[in-house]
Amino acid sequence: MDKREEILLISGVDPKKCMRCGKCSATCPSYDEMEYHPHQFVYMVETGNIEPLLESKSLYKCLSCFACIERCPRDVEPAKLVEAVRLCAIRQKGANHIKAEDVPELVDEDTPQQLLMSVFRKYSK
Amino acid sequence: MKYSYFPGCTLKSKATELDKYARDCAAVLGFEMEEIENWQCCGGVYPMARDEIATKLSSVRALADAKAHGRKLLTLCSACHNVIKQVNNDILTDSDICSRANNYLKLDDPYNGETEVVHYLEVLRDEVGFGELKKAVKNPLKGKKIAAYYGCLLLRPGAVMAMDDPENPRIMEDLIRALGAEPVIYPQRNECCGGYLSLDDPEAVAKRRKKIADSAKEFGADMFITACPLCMYNLNKADSSVPVYYFTELLAEALGVKE
Ligand code: SF4
Ligand code: SF4
Repeated sequence: MDKREEILLISGVDPKKCMRCGKCSATCPSYDEMEYHPHQFVYMVETGNIEPLLESKSLYKCLSCFACIERCPRDVEPAKLVEAVRLCAIRQKGANHIKAEDVPELVDEDTPQQLLMSVFRKYSK
Repeated sequence: MKYSYFPGCTLKSKATELDKYARDCAAVLGFEMEEIENWQCCGGVYPMARDEIATKLSSVRALADAKAHGRKLLTLCSACHNVIKQVNNDILTDSDICSRANNYLKLDDPYNGETEVVHYLEVLRDEVGFGELKKAVKNPLKGKKIAAYYGCLLLRPGAVMAMDDPENPRIMEDLIRALGAEPVIYPQRNECCGGYLSLDDPEAVAKRRKKIADSAKEFGADMFITACPLCMYNLNKADSSVPVYYFTELLAEALGVKE
């Protein structure tokens, strides 16, 4: 299966529904941190331009806040595409974005367990 | 009414106040929270990929346990609520996920999404009622201007969470009114705090914190209330100018059960 097909399958997203209004990117709280924005994920996956996305730090800037899912007028659910592309990247051997040994120096005395759980779920396999 | 209660990992460690005050208030308000035996962490984030099953099983186990007791499943942490409710929705709407989860768990009684998931705020609104709650208030929080911070997890996706209008919620503002304080409505109340990015990119989260605090201050807020330990952590850093409390702490204060 090629990457595009795999991403479409595990995300369940149909990028052809997108009308390129840009509302997902306009509402994204991580917009400034991203090199590729949610609407670009949709377009680039649709056109099979996946490699730049797989390499991009943008994968780790999405907050899974569901704002783009809530506010897309066409029910495209861009965050599910971002998640699927990220999974394609981190499911490869040795590609975890955060490793257990990185953690001790990143935490402080108030760090909630919820944060560590979420980070491992999102950034490593 | 007795609920099957899912506390979640953080309420057993860094967010014990969120849990403790909720239990103390439930005793006064007349409902019971019975902790689910051997519950397992929800994972903190809802797994969106359709081929992820293992990461959804702890939610399904808790849901099946509540069903076996014939009770609703009660949550308090926004993240647990979001994950468990979205997984329940998968079980109800995605036959592939439902059958794979059941095949894996081999429950005596297959789980098909029967359990209703309710957040503590919904119990206050729908079971206790804000009118009755107001009557139970002993120390009205007079003069406090409180900004309800919803963040993302309580409300979205709106079609699944169905707690309130995801763009114009009022459940926490109604709670604030019932406690005798004044709610502050401000634009950033349902935008994300930066969530789990705070480990990998704390500068980005500091920008979110400033934006949210500035927005609340501009509309006159003295403090935030939240239901989420991660929102608490992200909003509460040293550079924050608006203090943050769990909503259960203010509830306990108003009901006169806070020592
Ligand atoms: S909001 Fe929806 S329709 Fe508009 S650009 Fe984004 S994905 Fe496409
Ligand atoms: S879910 Fe991710 S991509 Fe969508 S608005 Fe939130 S941060 Fe942006």
